[in-house]
This record gives sequence, C-alpha cells and structure tokens, in this order.
Amino acid sequence: MRRQDPLAQERRARLGLLLVTILVIVPVALIVGTVIVKGIGAVDWEFLSTAPRNGLREGGILPAIVGTLVLVAGAVLWSVPFGVATAIYLVEYAPRSQIARWVRLAILNLAGIPSVVYGLFGLGIFVIGLKLGVSILAGTLTLALMNLPVIVTSTAESLKAVPDRFRVASLALGASRWQTVRHIVLPNSLQGILTGIILETSRAAGETAPILFTVAAFYLPRLPRTIYDQVMALPMHLYAISTQVPNIGMDVRYGVALVLLGLVLGVNAIAIAVRSRMRRNRIW
Amino acid sequence: MNPSVKRSPPRGKGPRVTLRATYRKPWSERLLEGGVHLAAWLCILFVVLILFFLARESGGLVFKDVFQVVGRYWRPISEPPQFGVLPLLAGSLLVTLTATAIAVPLGVGAAIYIGEFAPPQVREILKVSVEFLAAIPSVVIGFLGMIVLAPLVKSLFNLPTGLTALSASLMLAWMAMPTIVSLTEDALRSVPDTLRHGAYALGATRWQTIRRVLLPAAKPGILAATMLGVGRVIGETMAVLMISGNAARIPHSVLEPIRTLTATIAAEMGETVQGSDHYQALFSLGLVLFGITLVVNTIADRLVHRGETS
Repeated sequence: MRRQDPLAQERRARLGLLLVTILVIVPVALIVGTVIVKGIGAVDWEFLSTAPRNGLREGGILPAIVGTLVLVAGAVLWSVPFGVATAIYLVEYAPRSQIARWVRLAILNLAGIPSVVYGLFGLGIFVIGLKLGVSILAGTLTLALMNLPVIVTSTAESLKAVPDRFRVASLALGASRWQTVRHIVLPNSLQGILTGIILETSRAAGETAPILFTVAAFYLPRLPRTIYDQVMALPMHLYAISTQVPNIGMDVRYGVALVLLGLVLGVNAIAIAVRSRMRRNRIW
Repeated sequence: MNPSVKRSPPRGKGPRVTLRATYRKPWSERLLEGGVHLAAWLCILFVVLILFFLARESGGLVFKDVFQVVGRYWRPISEPPQFGVLPLLAGSLLVTLTATAIAVPLGVGAAIYIGEFAPPQVREILKVSVEFLAAIPSVVIGFLGMIVLAPLVKSLFNLPTGLTALSASLMLAWMAMPTIVSLTEDALRSVPDTLRHGAYALGATRWQTIRRVLLPAAKPGILAATMLGVGRVIGETMAVLMISGNAARIPHSVLEPIRTLTATIAAEMGETVQGSDHYQALFSLGLVLFGITLVVNTIADRLVHRGETS
C-alpha cells in the first residue's frame, strides 16, 4: 500500500466535512424556503386580522396569533423572575453548597423531561389538582415550568461571564452581597440575560405538546377575556388543520406555518442580533 | 456605599487590626435574598412534584395486571382493554436508534468543520443556521414531513404509505442535530491548546491532529452530546405524532408505520375520561418516559463531568 500524502488527505477530509455540513444546513433553507414560497399567497391582512369561520375552513387566524402572544407573555412573566432568582442563587450565593448541587441536578432533570410529560404534569397539577381548568393560567404555568431550565442556564452563564474582580472590587468598597449583585453583576450581565429570555419566547411560541391538554382550543373564534379562558394557538392550529380537518386548502396550511415560522425565527434573529452587539460592546 | 463599616481600634500590642462590619441589612434586602433562596429550593420541589403528580394520576396502574411493560398489544379501547407497552417502546427505540445513527456522524462531522476548518465569517453563518434549525417548531417540521418527505419516501421505496419509522427518524435526526453539533463543538474547543500545539510541533497536519488528538480527547464530551441528542429524540412529540404513521404494532423494519410513547400520550389523552384506566395508562407512559429520560440525562451529565475532570 502506498503511503498517502497527509496534505492531500487533509484536503479530502476538509471537502468531505464541508459536504456533511452543507447536508446538515440545507434542510433549514429548504424548510424556510418552501414555507415562504407556498405560504406567502395565503397571508394577507384579512388572514391576520379576522377570526376563522365555517369550522376553520374560512377566515383568518387572529385568535391563534393573539393566543400564542398571550401564552408567551404569560410564560415569560412566570418563569423570568423565578429563573433569574435561581440563577443568582446558584452563581452568587451558594455556588458550592450541597443544596446548590441538588438545585443543579433538579434543573438538569427539568431540562431533560419531554414536553409531552410537562403537558401531563400541567394537566395533573394545574387543570385538575388546583382546579384551574383548561385555561390560560394553567397553560402559561406549564409553559413557564418547561422553560425554567432554559432561563436558569442562560442567566447563570451570563452571571458567570462577569469577571470576579468586579465582585471583589465591589465587596472591597464595602458593598453588601446583594448590593454587589444588584449594582455590579446584574447590570453587566443584562444583555446576556435578555438574550436568554428572547430565546425562551421563541421556544414557548412554537411548543405544542405542553399546551395540548392545558389550554389550547381547537376552534374558538373569539379573543380571550380572562385568564380562565381557553385560547387557540398557532402551533396547535397548524397541527389541527393538517391532521384533523379535511378539505383545507394547502395554501392556508402553509400560510399558518409561515406566520408561526416567521414569528419564531424573527424573535430568534432579534436574540442573535442582541448577542452580537453585546460581544462587540463588551468592556472587559 | 456602606457607611456603617467601622474599624475597631487595635487591641493589645500586636499588629492585628480587626475589621468589623456592622452593616444591618434593610428589610428589602433580606426579602430579596430570601426570595432568591426560595426560588432555588422550589426548583428541587418541582421535580418531586412532577414525579408525584404523574404517579398520583397514574393511580398505581403500573402495578396492576392490565398494564404490562412487556405486553405485546396496546389496545386501550377494546373490551377488555390491553395496555401492553412493548410496541410503543419498540417504536420509540427504533426511531431513536435510527435517528441517532444518522445524526451523530453528520453532526460530529459538521461540528469539526465549523469548529476547526471554517473561516470566521463562514463559521458565524453556519452557527446561526444551526440555531435556526434548533428554533424551527416541531409542528412545522412535522407538517412538512407529512406533505413533502412522506410522499418522497413512499415513492422511493414503493410503499403503501410514506408515514413510516424512516420518515420520522430522518426528521428527528435533523431535530437532534443542533444539540449534537453545538455540544460537540464545545467539547472540541475545550480540549487544551497544549495538546494541539504539541501535535503541530511533532509535524502533524491539522486533520491528523483532529483525528488522533482532538477527537480522542473530546470523546467524553461527544458521547455526552450524543446522549443529550438521544434524550431530545425520545422526548420529541409533535413531529413523530404527525409522520410516524401511528400504528401501535411491533415494527419489523424502518419502512413500517410505528407509534412512540410520546405520540401515544399526545394523541389519546384528549379522548380519555379522567380517572379511567386509559387515562391512568397514559400517565403511566408519562412515568416510563420520565424514567427513561432521567437515566439518559444522568449518563450524559456523568460523561460531561468526567470530561471536565480528566
């Protein structure tokens, strides 16, 4: 066997890996491209601003858009204070304690639980256990719990990125631990925390399984009035019209997919922009 | 910032100076610090609560004869009902293994290219694309799988239906890809530069360094990435529900329709009566899933920590 030239080998490996990378990335372009091309025709002002009629076959998707926004807002409202507080505890107060180890283990497990199991849990504790019924309250609490590990992890990362000398300097000036967190650590990690929250909103907007049994309505052509109402939601709506209701035009389905995808990827793009700005402006 | 720190006068002769802080925390600070501690403790409680409510709603059906983990038939609405979990377990296992077999080589390859070969600007674009892949809602992927991929699979293999384990596995492979790519890249990056420089100094090319030095050194991290990818695939619900064909039978090949644990819960929970055997059986499936993901994630975590210490 002839010994191969290592540089030629490297060129071949590099080419092969490039092809693999393209194979991994291309479906993103295909998915986004297909949805845009086939869905754009269905999306007009009427589609976005009216309620569905005639058993989902006609009209727009306004209640689903509003429902998704309400669910995301609720999930952020519950999970952000909780998640940020937990992250502060883990990074600033008790990084090495036994309890912190347990908390970390709990977060890790929460992150690994499948979304449909969160749906079951939400049904068991909020809908039935606390008698909240199938409602916005139950659904947003379920979504919030599911997103808690995301917030905790991303916030903890941003807090850790603040250099220790900032803390030491603050403590040396006589500031208390909380004053250090409040005036030194949090302001310096704010953009990182925000990025995590924005990413959470995009994740919450696209989830279906956790809201399936806790809040989502199949067909409810009016807007929610109280937190005990059910709502329609975009992902649930897409699932419903593509599997449960026959005779719906393909362009309408693609239209719903386009609105959902646009919402989620738009929010993601914002998060990425915030992050890259943050990297440029970093002062340390 | 803190005026009440007083320096007590030196006692005795020695050079010892005692600094004593007499700062009294205002109640607002105590309250906030209490809240921070409480939030963290509650996270532990949540895990316990999830387990408790799954167990409570399953009503101990796991221990009854009608619920059989190794039973061959899942017939929840026949009379008498049969809750054999084996076909669902087999379905989950089949798509998980197939998806992992596709996703790991491709994902690790892409991670090597992105982390080691790509020029900086290209790297940024590739990373953003991977993030976008992660962000696409599973219901959108399931929708496109139903109307684009399934017909393709159907005509390619000349099958009665394209809604098969293979279609589901392909979709799932790409859904697990972001996890595998980004964690493998992290693992490669965390290999100490000294190893890399040592290999270059010995005259190794970049590719030789990657294959002989970086990959072996990053192995625990790559395994952890694989396990977390597996966890993602097992737990995925909507896409599999829409494209796996929903047939609760033990599959003989990847070209047959299957049914997974997650899809069963999502599809059937809406039709059950609260407290019925069927309802309890679905919560029991939730417990089984909880157990599986717990084991998979614990293994992943151990691997990560082993990678950190070595």
